[in-house]
Amino acid sequence: MCPSEVSDVLWLRDCCRDHLNCVGGKNVCLGEMIQAGIRVPPGLAVTTSAYTRFLDKAGLWKEVDGILSTLVLDDIESEDRVSEEIRQLIESTPLPAQVEDAIHSSYLKLAEECNVPNLPVAVRSSATAEDLPGASFAGQQDTYLWVRGSDEVVKHVTKCWSSLFTSRAISYRTRMGFPHDKVLMSVGVQKMVNARAAGVTFTLNPASGDRSKIAIEGNWGLGESVAQGEVTPDEYLVDKVTWQIVKRVVSEKTVEYMVDAANSRVVCQEIPPERRNLSCVSDEEIIEIARLARIIERFYGRPQDIEWAIDRDLPFPDNVVILQSRNETVWSQKQAKPVLQPRASALEHIVDNLIAGKRVNIGGNDVSGGSCPTL
Amino acid sequence: MASSEGQGRFPSPFEVAAPPGCEGWEKMYPYYMLFSEGRKDFEEGKFWLCDLLHHPEPFYPFDTLWYEYWWLSLSQYNSRVFIVPPALGIDNRILNGYAYISANAIMDPSVVEARVAHFMERAGYYYQNWDDLYAKWEIKMKGLINELKAVELKPLPEMVSVDDVKGARGQTEAYDLIETYDKLINLGLKAWQHHFEFLNLGYAAYLVFMDFCKKAFPDIGDQAVTSMVSGIDVILFRPDEELKRLARAAVELGVSDVIREITSPDDAIARLGQSDSGRKWLNELDKSKDPWFYLSSGTGFYHSHISWIDDLSIPFAALRGYIDKLARGESLDRPLQALRDERERVSSEYYELLQTEQDKQTFNQLLMTARTVFPYVENHLFYVEHWFHTVFYAKMRDLAKIVAAHGFIKDPEDIWYLHRNEIREALYDMSAAWAVGTIARGPSYWPAEIEKRKGILNKFREWSPPPGLGVTPEVVTEPFTIMLWGVTSERIADWKAPKPDPDKITELKGFAGSPGVVEGPARVIRNVDELTNVQQGEILVCPITSPSWAPVFTRIKAAVTDVGGIMSHAAIVCREYGVPAVAGTGFGTKVIKTGQMVRVDGSTGVVTILR
Repeated sequence: MCPSEVSDVLWLRDCCRDHLNCVGGKNVCLGEMIQAGIRVPPGLAVTTSAYTRFLDKAGLWKEVDGILSTLVLDDIESEDRVSEEIRQLIESTPLPAQVEDAIHSSYLKLAEECNVPNLPVAVRSSATAEDLPGASFAGQQDTYLWVRGSDEVVKHVTKCWSSLFTSRAISYRTRMGFPHDKVLMSVGVQKMVNARAAGVTFTLNPASGDRSKIAIEGNWGLGESVAQGEVTPDEYLVDKVTWQIVKRVVSEKTVEYMVDAANSRVVCQEIPPERRNLSCVSDEEIIEIARLARIIERFYGRPQDIEWAIDRDLPFPDNVVILQSRNETVWSQKQAKPVLQPRASALEHIVDNLIAGKRVNIGGNDVSGGSCPTL
Repeated sequence: MASSEGQGRFPSPFEVAAPPGCEGWEKMYPYYMLFSEGRKDFEEGKFWLCDLLHHPEPFYPFDTLWYEYWWLSLSQYNSRVFIVPPALGIDNRILNGYAYISANAIMDPSVVEARVAHFMERAGYYYQNWDDLYAKWEIKMKGLINELKAVELKPLPEMVSVDDVKGARGQTEAYDLIETYDKLINLGLKAWQHHFEFLNLGYAAYLVFMDFCKKAFPDIGDQAVTSMVSGIDVILFRPDEELKRLARAAVELGVSDVIREITSPDDAIARLGQSDSGRKWLNELDKSKDPWFYLSSGTGFYHSHISWIDDLSIPFAALRGYIDKLARGESLDRPLQALRDERERVSSEYYELLQTEQDKQTFNQLLMTARTVFPYVENHLFYVEHWFHTVFYAKMRDLAKIVAAHGFIKDPEDIWYLHRNEIREALYDMSAAWAVGTIARGPSYWPAEIEKRKGILNKFREWSPPPGLGVTPEVVTEPFTIMLWGVTSERIADWKAPKPDPDKITELKGFAGSPGVVEGPARVIRNVDELTNVQQGEILVCPITSPSWAPVFTRIKAAVTDVGGIMSHAAIVCREYGVPAVAGTGFGTKVIKTGQMVRVDGSTGVVTILR
């Protein structure tokens, strides 16, 4: 449970399970990982209490309610108009001084800690209901990258807040009878990683469910290209016990997402030919990603699905950072079956194995089935 | 019977011609080892693998000995002793001087089924009483080596001694020589009978654990599996440990400078004999020599693989290295406890990663059995291939001197150009001439024949044997074929692929022998006498290594071998020293040149030539 009087802004490193309702699952997870010793880019969480204070102080609830009362369900035009009006309202209303000051001063402190004036940050929504089972009404999960300066940060925080009122979110909540004022929004403001490469990691082999492996997929640039499947990423498999890279597939990677610093935006660009077929991460980086993934898996006690990035401005190993972790859902929910039928003795296994022999498959003829060995 | 032909099919043994100038080569080898018209249909219908692992060089006629002995000995334990349900023996042939082998399986499921009960009873007895039976084996084997040591090959005297006459002995040195020779040869066969008493079962138990791990943890490295079962106090490391002990003793006794500065071992030993402390050290050296210097510089399969005891410059070079290490204040101790802890860590972490209780039980069941059998799998090599063979070849060299003295061969080392059965004939020729006081046929027959054979063998060395012959198999069940020769789909596909120009090859694939990735300059070594050329930080590229090469592993960054699998010497030793290794690249020594920069990935088994 959230402390009853929670401040408007919390450091990510201080976020814990108790703050779930006021900072959202994503920010709690980042906080827990920092506390577990994982390298996570530093940042802060604008709490739901800042959000409610903003709506209360400005007396916005009443106006929002007023607009909502004009909604005609299943009328796309109506839904869009209502959404547009509410979002306009939220984004144009000034924040209460207390909230704005808290965000300003925290951002400045963060920039100072990172020793970067106008520190570029990523601003992400972290809705408090999104992790509830079946609750996909949280709204748009907006992420704004490469936001610089405290005024810009404040502006993007309100943009995240307003994203609770996309037409899709409004109609969904209305249809489900879920009160609009019960879904609250926290916003994460985190140091932006100038990613040389990024990707995802599973703490099992997603192809087989094998728990002894850590699978890593990555591409040049920001992680978006991997998450959205726009490229065939490089693939690596690391053994959790021996820490060897047991498989590596370096693919031809055609596009990458990069920060266009001059215009404070993210652009998708072609990867120059000389870099397309190079591995986007070094062996030591692979092992470091795997090592961090294993710590997170042990911390949560179950297989994880993790986002990571390699910061081009930092030396190894500080450059390997974790952006996000969630529970793996596919294999974790399957009932495990024994790989070998139990036998009373090793001798019986030996007999089975001798009789089965080794299948040798040549020229694409799939030779399988039957227990009669032939030569 | 299944086969898939099409592109890149292997040639029939009957399509492979002898290299020009090698006509009549068949005479060097026994009739039963040759592909022949009489068995053509049978031989053409099988898959024959070129066994470059154990026999990378064309056979000298004498050196077919061990090849012939393992052919019989290995096979009988599958077929007639333990009644391995689906597998009979391994059939052996020689083509253009090279070894071709073929597993012999049982096709009829009802026959396989009928053999199961016998196997359970017989193999079961061995698995259950493994440690006791292995202890008996060691006694048997040591007894055999003592018997071999007692064999004395004596020259034919001008006159039989008067004592023998008055003692009414009733037989002469002519008979003694033939009897002793027969005994020597038969002891060789007996050693190989013993060699396989446990080995087939050992491999079967190891493989079942390996297969389980590969099912439970696909992509698990072979060496990760091996590291859970391999022994820590393996006697193959003992010779190297003895050198370390001698290095420490040399430092303690204050004689290390003598060993370091006098490079000839004979001169160093002479100097050491002049002082008390030197004599004390020589006493320690003698303690180590028997048996630990009976260590072949190769696999022990060939007469040319001389041992430490025959050429002390090999162990002395290593000794100097260890003395230098001690002088630099480095420790020579193997971190035994750390190695044991690591073995337990790896095993218990994999155990914990299994998802079901049933699998956890199976894992333990199979791991325990694999660990029980593994000491034999690792140790038998020392007893047979190293210790026994070293003594055996020394006896053969005694015989060679006698044969040379009678003018049958120009040089004692020419003896290897005769098959063991031809030697027996030559001994009879020699003895009869001795008895008659006449001219033996040998001196006018063998030297010319040997010259011809030398020419043929040189041509065979330049010839590249096809990796396989005949029809590709669908299933391989014979445990040795899988374990030692690594016959897998991928391997066979690789072998079938057309070979590119060696100068254009930039990547070689082999077995992931020992993990790690390094880059460095290559040093290609073909013979043991070139070992001293290896510089600190180089990557050793060689046909095959042996435990006696161990000292070089402290200098190198990585090792790449032409032949060998994950259980090859190079792989075992490299894992021990934490040096990456890729084994069994096929033709690394032919493609890589000394001085080239190469990248060795011992985790994936890939060697890249960076040029």
